[in-house]
Amino acid sequence: MPQHADRTALPAFRTEGLTKTYGTGAAAVHALRGVDLDLPAGELVVLLGPSGSGKSTLLNILGGLDRASSGVAHFRDLELTAMSDRALTRYRRAHIGFVFQFYNLMPSLTAEENVELVTEISETPMDPAHALDLVGLGSRRHHFPAQLSGGEQQRVAIARAIAKQPDVLFCDEPTGALDSATGRAVLSVLRDVNDRLGTTILMVTHAAATAAMAHRVIHFADGAIRDTELNASRLSPEEIEW
Amino acid sequence: MVSPAHLLSPLDRKLLRDLWRIKGQAAAIATVIGLGVLMLVMMTGLVNTLDETRAAYYDRYRLADVFAPVERASDRMLERLAEIPGVRAVEGRVTGQALIDVEGEIIPVRARAVSLPASGAARLNDIFLAAGRMPGPGRDEEVLLLKGFADARGLRPGDRLSATMNGARHSFRVTGLAQSPEFLYTTAPGEIVPDDARFAVIWMNREGLGAAYDLEGAFNEALIALETGANEAAVIDAVDRILKPRGGLGAFGLVDLPSNFFISEEIRGGRKNAVFVPPIFLGVSAFLLYIVVNRIVQAEREEIGLLKAFGYSDTEVSVHYLKLMLTIALVGAAAGALGGIAAGRAMAGLYQEYYKFPFLVFELDPKSFVTGFATSVIAACAGGFGVLRGVFRLAPAEAMRPPAPADFSGTGRMGALARRLLDQPGRMVLRRLERQPGRMFGAAIGIAAGMALSVGMIGVQAGFARAIELSFTVLDRSDAQVTFTHAMSDKVIYELGRVPGILEVEPIRVAPVVFRHDFHEHRGAINGQSAEARLARAMDSEQRPLSLPEEGMVLSSTLAGILDAAPGDRITAEIREGRRPVLEIPVVAVADALMGSPAYMDIDALDRALKEPGRVSGAYLRIDSDQAGNIFRAVRDMPGVAGIALKADMRESIQTMMDSGMGAMRFIMLGIAGIVTFGIVYNAARIAYAERARDLASLRVIGFSRAEAAFVLLGELGLIALIALPLGAAGGFGMAALISAAFSTEVYSIPLMFDAQSVATAAVAVLVAAAVSGWLVKRDLDRIELVSALKTRE
Repeated sequence: MPQHADRTALPAFRTEGLTKTYGTGAAAVHALRGVDLDLPAGELVVLLGPSGSGKSTLLNILGGLDRASSGVAHFRDLELTAMSDRALTRYRRAHIGFVFQFYNLMPSLTAEENVELVTEISETPMDPAHALDLVGLGSRRHHFPAQLSGGEQQRVAIARAIAKQPDVLFCDEPTGALDSATGRAVLSVLRDVNDRLGTTILMVTHAAATAAMAHRVIHFADGAIRDTELNASRLSPEEIEW
Repeated sequence: MVSPAHLLSPLDRKLLRDLWRIKGQAAAIATVIGLGVLMLVMMTGLVNTLDETRAAYYDRYRLADVFAPVERASDRMLERLAEIPGVRAVEGRVTGQALIDVEGEIIPVRARAVSLPASGAARLNDIFLAAGRMPGPGRDEEVLLLKGFADARGLRPGDRLSATMNGARHSFRVTGLAQSPEFLYTTAPGEIVPDDARFAVIWMNREGLGAAYDLEGAFNEALIALETGANEAAVIDAVDRILKPRGGLGAFGLVDLPSNFFISEEIRGGRKNAVFVPPIFLGVSAFLLYIVVNRIVQAEREEIGLLKAFGYSDTEVSVHYLKLMLTIALVGAAAGALGGIAAGRAMAGLYQEYYKFPFLVFELDPKSFVTGFATSVIAACAGGFGVLRGVFRLAPAEAMRPPAPADFSGTGRMGALARRLLDQPGRMVLRRLERQPGRMFGAAIGIAAGMALSVGMIGVQAGFARAIELSFTVLDRSDAQVTFTHAMSDKVIYELGRVPGILEVEPIRVAPVVFRHDFHEHRGAINGQSAEARLARAMDSEQRPLSLPEEGMVLSSTLAGILDAAPGDRITAEIREGRRPVLEIPVVAVADALMGSPAYMDIDALDRALKEPGRVSGAYLRIDSDQAGNIFRAVRDMPGVAGIALKADMRESIQTMMDSGMGAMRFIMLGIAGIVTFGIVYNAARIAYAERARDLASLRVIGFSRAEAAFVLLGELGLIALIALPLGAAGGFGMAALISAAFSTEVYSIPLMFDAQSVATAAVAVLVAAAVSGWLVKRDLDRIELVSALKTRE
């Protein structure tokens, strides 16, 4: 049994036969070809796989950003695949945080204001300044995105994602645009969030080495899960070789 | 402590900073929509103000409702007039024609002398004493002078005045200057154009004036005020019956008072203008607002997706963008409304002077604010929500991704010729046009609408010039017009022909008349002219002279419009002089007259119908201008001559009227049309730049020079402008027709001028605007930071 099994009673996510097809006929692209998955809460899960293997698509569907073509996806007892747009909006608002590869900060808002953008509509928000402290950017909270380095922008994005104290944090290539040192710093923030706040984290990445810090590693190929492995011992981000 | 910035939600702070980021464009949009609102508020406010001021002026100075000229009636008749049901007050007065000698003028100026009541204030047609004092009781040598004339001639209280009344010469002293609602506009008899300097009104004591015109104890004009709700036509009939044995000349209502007719036409023209023209401007502005808001929100697609990903609901996102759109629209509308009030007030001040109102009742039209704001809000919302609906339909994951590269594959089959002729940037421009025709077409339509506005306004300027040119060089080729005090024997034509320097003489017989056709009625005159007139001619719309037949009448198109009559119809003409016959005359043709609304008949046929053969009431002259002085002296000394008007003077006064009255609006409108056109072109350039900044930076990164990258952007803008030109020209035709019709009144009509020059001028304006806008965005393009442009959406 993995060491964290005591943290949770319910699985966080469960899917059955999840598919996603873009386009129709000859031009149809099958991004997901039937994914069955059971993810316990509180884990740091890494989704690995080449471009186009379907991992981001799965993340988007579980995050309520996109809809499946067929199959069922549950978050706890919520059936995501049956929910209306309005309900999905409520779901994202209440439970989910996102970190994107290109940070997606609002250029016209400062670091702190970008965080407030989320705490504003959250039911159990953290103090935005505290969220920025957690990612080590307390002193830069009045800077605009253009005044921050890439790594700093990504840490703001993480602060923004965790400030609402989400149940799940989705990270799509969070280090994809960063150099290794900065990438490590970002990863250790994520690890920290998982350890200290108990937030379930689903992270999509190209960087296979990142898998060493996860509880669980899911390998994707051609729109399906090829393999799932559980790490008996996890490396800290500082120990990861890039 | 919470800093003030924290009182605003982060979304609101985003809003403010976004507005700041697009401030140039936001200002351009707000300006355009603001000008649309300004025009509406100003025009309606101005017209309302003039209308209300006129009504208040008439009311305060008790202007009569009915005027009843008569040859001579004793004051006892006033009691009988007062007994007519519906009559509230009656006053008799003496009026007469006079000639005033003016220093430096060979020909005396025509004037109307009007009596002041014997004691106390006038019950009707009171006057406003603008300067000096009233004539003293019993001081028959003291007079008041119409202020407009005094100002035009530099006369002041205390000056002396010499005038001829009823053949006798009098010397007067001006004690004061007066204004009267009865003489807002003064027109010499027989002329259509008011001119302050060439017609005067003098007021003097009743006894003195009565003595001058042999009307002691009698009056020759009754003024009648009606009770509210009284039947004016019935009163006029009763008055005519009572005064007929005394030589009644036909009572008429205020509507037919010449001064009131002119001011009414001005206000009516202004109202028509306010109804048609500002909505066109507002419509064009609203269309631009729609397009621009649409594109601005489209550019926010990724941010909208992000907000949705955070869990913001559709409503919350919509409210955010609604605030953005409405801030721009409402700031523009509010600025326009305030500007409209200020401009309306300023213009009203100018018009107050021009129309000679002693005071101003400034009155805005609340509806114009509602219309202006509602149009702005609806256009902004329609533009924004159309896009938002589309973005909301996308899954947030999709909205957040930059839109997939537009599929240009369908445009691949470019002709071999195009491939040989076009380099890569050239193809980029052309393919984009082909791939996103909707966007390009929208921008082209926007620019075309702006250009159409300019074409229309430039065309109207040309129309005004054309109206004058046609009237005074083509329709009327005379140099001067002589008017007689009464219809005289046509022998006077031969006498005029014998005056050295007079090259050509053409008789005219003007008969005042009330035209009726179906339910339409118009008080005007029939001009009896030579059948094959050479100087003052009736012409068809192709400027071919119409010969006047022995039977029937030619109507000007304006009059035909008023009477709703066409060739073949029979018009009833009640002649208002001499034997006052009532004639049934067929319409034989319609002429294109641009000044007034005349009707033409063969002079002999008219004289026969009047049973007064061989009579003329005036003459057109062609003269040798070197001998003008001698000619005027000779004509002045001929018996029965009331005055002589120079065509050049008349032309000048109508020009003044067109340039100072409601017609002056055309200059303001032209200016606004220019700004709106520029604003639209500039916005199109800004949008094109915003949407292509990334592509352009990429081009620069891979080694294109600034000029080459600019070509892609400016080439697109240029191409859109070129597409807009024919559309703008076509739209301009409609605009020109609409606007020239809106400016036309019964006093002057503005022909539709849709000529190459107007179109070319507007086209050049659009191209210049495109060049300037292109230069402005190219400056931004040159300053673009390549790497950051590739990274961020800015």
